[in-house]
Amino acid sequence: MSQPALFVLIAAAVFAIGVYGLLSRPQLVRRILALNLMGNGVFLLLVAFARRNPETIDPVPHAMVLTGIVIAVSATAFALAIVRHLYRQTGEVSLGEDRPR
Amino acid sequence: MNEASVLPVESHPGLVLLVFIPLLAAILSVLLDGRAARSTAVVTLAGVFGALWWVSAEVAAASQVRHLLGGWGAPLGIELMADGLSLAMLWLTWVTGLAVSAVAPASFAGRAEVSRLFWPLWLTLWAALNATWLATDLFNLYITLELLTLAAVALAILGGGSAALRAGMRYLLYALLGSLAWLLGVALIYAGHGVLDLHTLGVGLEVGPATWFAAALMSVGLMAKAALWPLHGWLPPAHAGAPAPVSALLSALVVKAAVYLLLRLWWWGLPALTGQGVALAFGVLGAAAMLYGSVLALMQLRVKRIIAYSTIAQLGYLLLVFPLASMAAWQGVLYHALSHGVAKAAMFLAAGNILMVVGHDRLAGLPQAMRARLGPSVAGLVLASVSLMGLPPTGGFIAKWLLLRAAFETGGVVWVSLIVLSGLLAAAYLFRLLAMLLRRPPGGEGDGVPDAHGAASLPVVLSVMPLLLGIVAVLLGFVAAPLLELFLQGAPFVEAAP
Repeated sequence: MSQPALFVLIAAAVFAIGVYGLLSRPQLVRRILALNLMGNGVFLLLVAFARRNPETIDPVPHAMVLTGIVIAVSATAFALAIVRHLYRQTGEVSLGEDRPR
Repeated sequence: MNEASVLPVESHPGLVLLVFIPLLAAILSVLLDGRAARSTAVVTLAGVFGALWWVSAEVAAASQVRHLLGGWGAPLGIELMADGLSLAMLWLTWVTGLAVSAVAPASFAGRAEVSRLFWPLWLTLWAALNATWLATDLFNLYITLELLTLAAVALAILGGGSAALRAGMRYLLYALLGSLAWLLGVALIYAGHGVLDLHTLGVGLEVGPATWFAAALMSVGLMAKAALWPLHGWLPPAHAGAPAPVSALLSALVVKAAVYLLLRLWWWGLPALTGQGVALAFGVLGAAAMLYGSVLALMQLRVKRIIAYSTIAQLGYLLLVFPLASMAAWQGVLYHALSHGVAKAAMFLAAGNILMVVGHDRLAGLPQAMRARLGPSVAGLVLASVSLMGLPPTGGFIAKWLLLRAAFETGGVVWVSLIVLSGLLAAAYLFRLLAMLLRRPPGGEGDGVPDAHGAASLPVVLSVMPLLLGIVAVLLGFVAAPLLELFLQGAPFVEAAP
């Protein structure tokens, strides 16, 4: 198996594990980690694509990954801040069923 | 796509101003506080209005206006593009922004912390919205989507409180899942086609399984962000739990950004894929949203919840352009986006007033003592409801009439009956809302919240704004012809021969 194909497969697996974690875990911190895992799957995919031509490396996916990392960090920080506020107010770290009409 | 008798304008700095004025104002408003922060919003309103007027004149003449940032075009550079659809959304953003900026100081009076945080977040949201309406590059659209999400969730939890935090967290999880699905789709498209520019992609598209998979991922991501059935679960608590001016922004603009991208992606980026099957799939999803949202709106016991579920239902209409696929449908959908935005802003601001004066927004009769104070708000609610139901002579009527005409011409009896049924359901839940508000409160006069305790006096600007927006929603019914002419520049359909 060629190296890029291997990385693509790993990327798909990492993304899928992230989706599973996001949907199956109630704890918010785990869900935020799962989202990060999904993001990293996409980044791995992009970096692998950048190498699909053995002679030259395509810089555009690298630029996308760098930008994506910045966004992922901001989104994670924001999500963790919400979790902290929620924990301070309610003592909970997961989303219960809260649907008053 | 359109007969390009006039060459598109290639370099128009007005497009840059539309993004950077709110962005710079957002940064400035972090540094300033109080009245000074508010003045940045005033400057933004004036600046964006000027730029918008300038761009509108160009689009009216040349159908499409582009700007290559730094002189670098696609594939490497970043392009901004405005056509009729962009203009419609830009103007809707400005009008809603004007109303919200006008009421925000009074609405957040006495809550210094909320007020301080509101201006930077709202101006960032504005910049993200304008960038979404103008960007043509799939990866830039990912960035605008994320910026939009972060600003929107932060605004939604401004009120604090554990219910708002939970709703905001749920919203954030859905939205981030949506963004990552979009990003994965973008990565696959880039791997397959080597382009990110929406228009370049649309021209030379080879359809393969990877492209289908990417398109499906991006669409599901957008559906989560647009709260389209069955991914709507986050919307009612988030929209109903946010402060009234924020609810107005979220409902009139933020969810529409995702639907807007759905239209852009399929009609501009992937026209070769947008065939019968896709059209039917989106039509069914739209129909499900219209019926499900309406039925749930009928069952709610709080004013803001009814309006929030109504948003889910009304967004479904926007997907009808897929199965109906004609110029009349495009006009109807565009006009629906505009009139729904204005009507929803009016309704959420009116609901906020009711909440402020009565102290709750449960569906109970308004006590006599508060009726005079809430008169203009209720009048605005009535006018907006009339437009939402699609009764003449409102903007909503024009939209539904165009959609019905399109359904008769190209769709067939199923779509006609869907539009009629959904209109009847909207009338049912809105009449129920108005009837419950206007009936005598149980237990007779003077009951309920004591006047001096709950009934805070309502500042004039808060009181009249829902009425003004309601009047705009009605006026949209009278100015349809020139607006539609402008907003149809660059439409993906051509006018059928009469």
